[in-house]
Amino acid sequence: MLAEGLRKRFDRNWALDGFDLAVPTGTVCGLLGPNGAGKTTAVRILATLLRLDGGRAEVAGHDVVREAPAVRRQVALNGQQSTVDDVLTGKENLVMWGRLYHLSKRRAEVRADELLEQFGLTDAADKRAKQYSGGMRRRLDLASSFVMRPSVLFLDEPTTGLDPRNRGEVWREVKRVVGEGTTVLLTTQYLDEADQLADQIVVMDTGRVAAQGTPDQLKSKLGGDRIEVVVRNADELPLVADVLGPDAEVDPDTFRVSAAVADRVAALTRVTSALAARGVEAEDIALRRPTLDDVFLAITGHKAVSEVQA
Amino acid sequence: MRYAVVDSWIVAKRDLIHWVREPVRVFANLAYPVISVLIFGLVFGSAMNVFGGGDYIEFLLPGMFGQTIAFGVGSTLMMVSMDADRGVTDRFRASPMSQTGVVAGRSIADLVNSSLELLVLALCGLAIGWSFHDGPLNALLAFALFLWLRFALVWVGIYIGLLVKPEAAQASWMFLFPLTMFANTFVSPELMPGWLRVVAEWNPLSSTVAAARELFGNPGVGGDSWAAQNSLLLAVLWPAVFVAIFWPLSVLKYRNLSR
Repeated sequence: MLAEGLRKRFDRNWALDGFDLAVPTGTVCGLLGPNGAGKTTAVRILATLLRLDGGRAEVAGHDVVREAPAVRRQVALNGQQSTVDDVLTGKENLVMWGRLYHLSKRRAEVRADELLEQFGLTDAADKRAKQYSGGMRRRLDLASSFVMRPSVLFLDEPTTGLDPRNRGEVWREVKRVVGEGTTVLLTTQYLDEADQLADQIVVMDTGRVAAQGTPDQLKSKLGGDRIEVVVRNADELPLVADVLGPDAEVDPDTFRVSAAVADRVAALTRVTSALAARGVEAEDIALRRPTLDDVFLAITGHKAVSEVQA
Repeated sequence: MRYAVVDSWIVAKRDLIHWVREPVRVFANLAYPVISVLIFGLVFGSAMNVFGGGDYIEFLLPGMFGQTIAFGVGSTLMMVSMDADRGVTDRFRASPMSQTGVVAGRSIADLVNSSLELLVLALCGLAIGWSFHDGPLNALLAFALFLWLRFALVWVGIYIGLLVKPEAAQASWMFLFPLTMFANTFVSPELMPGWLRVVAEWNPLSSTVAAARELFGNPGVGGDSWAAQNSLLLAVLWPAVFVAIFWPLSVLKYRNLSR
């Protein structure tokens, strides 16, 4: 999947303004950004649902504008909302999509059974989707995207509105299909989701790429690991700061002192024994790798507001 | 081309399954016209005059058929805007299915639904004293005119449905209701004040209803206006005009979802 200098305008605003992307076959790329950053616009263009105003894009080896029908045979799109039909049963939903992808009636039924099995829905096959849990519906929605074994899957915020257990179920299925060789472009507002699933993360802000790399690369851009010590009372904060060295950061509100460390384990041993020697009883000592939240804040200069809204 | 037919059928089947599984909606759809027939026919009926004479129930039924057909546009645009809102339309568009299938399936399902409504309404009418007097062939022709109007309204519904959100689609009843009353459906236009009379006479729904009255041999036919004199012609023409306008508009709008 390849995009070069994509531009897209809605009225006067450039939703995409020179967006570039390259996703190698069989990998997961996480598109990360707050609401309005242009994630969904990018996905809709790549899925041939939106025309572009500039630049070019190729998906599965075909140009999304000139060879849109060829692209459509290779991709599947899972939007933000569920397209599951509540009144139909799980199986009927899958058969319908199979038929719309022009499988014969027999083939569509066989394929539906296979998918129900793979996505752990066999027991609920003949129940109406209305009775499914949120996670089951998502899985059914995902399964319907796999009717044709697409080589590229677009997932637009696949777990928005799901509880943690259901999110876990969806993540497991996404990992499974990636293991089978599907290329996935995932948009998400959840940083941990990108961290969990993506081989490569592209951080978007106001229609362009703000940063990209593997989750680890992005995190190490922030200067690597930190050690954090939490104490029980504020009097001990200067003592701890002293132990952690000259660049220690003190947060008096949370009784927390932190500092960058080069060598994780050695630093932990040194700090623990130094604190013991001075009689400081720490509430908690932890080594922390920066989260993608930190990355996001550092790159865009503002917090991932979407977390608050969600 | 073959896929256009298969795909239409699959999309239509989805709707038909909905009706079978959720009969409440069907009953709600059917209950309104049936109750209206009873209220207007039996309650108000005795106080109503048919211009030019005749039995009010005989006059009323073709009007009720017409109102039911016109209300159908509301359910078309509701379904279309819900599919668009829920991303189902996007899924259809991102799939290799025939794009004609999406809309053709819609028309088939809606026409089946409306035929069913007409049938129930006709049975109800027969039970309380309505009948057709010019032979079954003419009666079928009248029903065909209603379905022709319905087909035209499918395209109006698709276009508007792609334009508005489901919440707005719900409000469409507020416009549809007066539109079906400012016509010859319940009262002869001759009995209305001057300006409204012109509106009612030229209302496309009036043409179909008047043509149907003629074909059924029901009272209330005729009038001084050109529209009333040529209702059969207009009952064919008006829907054709709708199709000519809204078919291309809908196709354009559907394509321009990728604007």
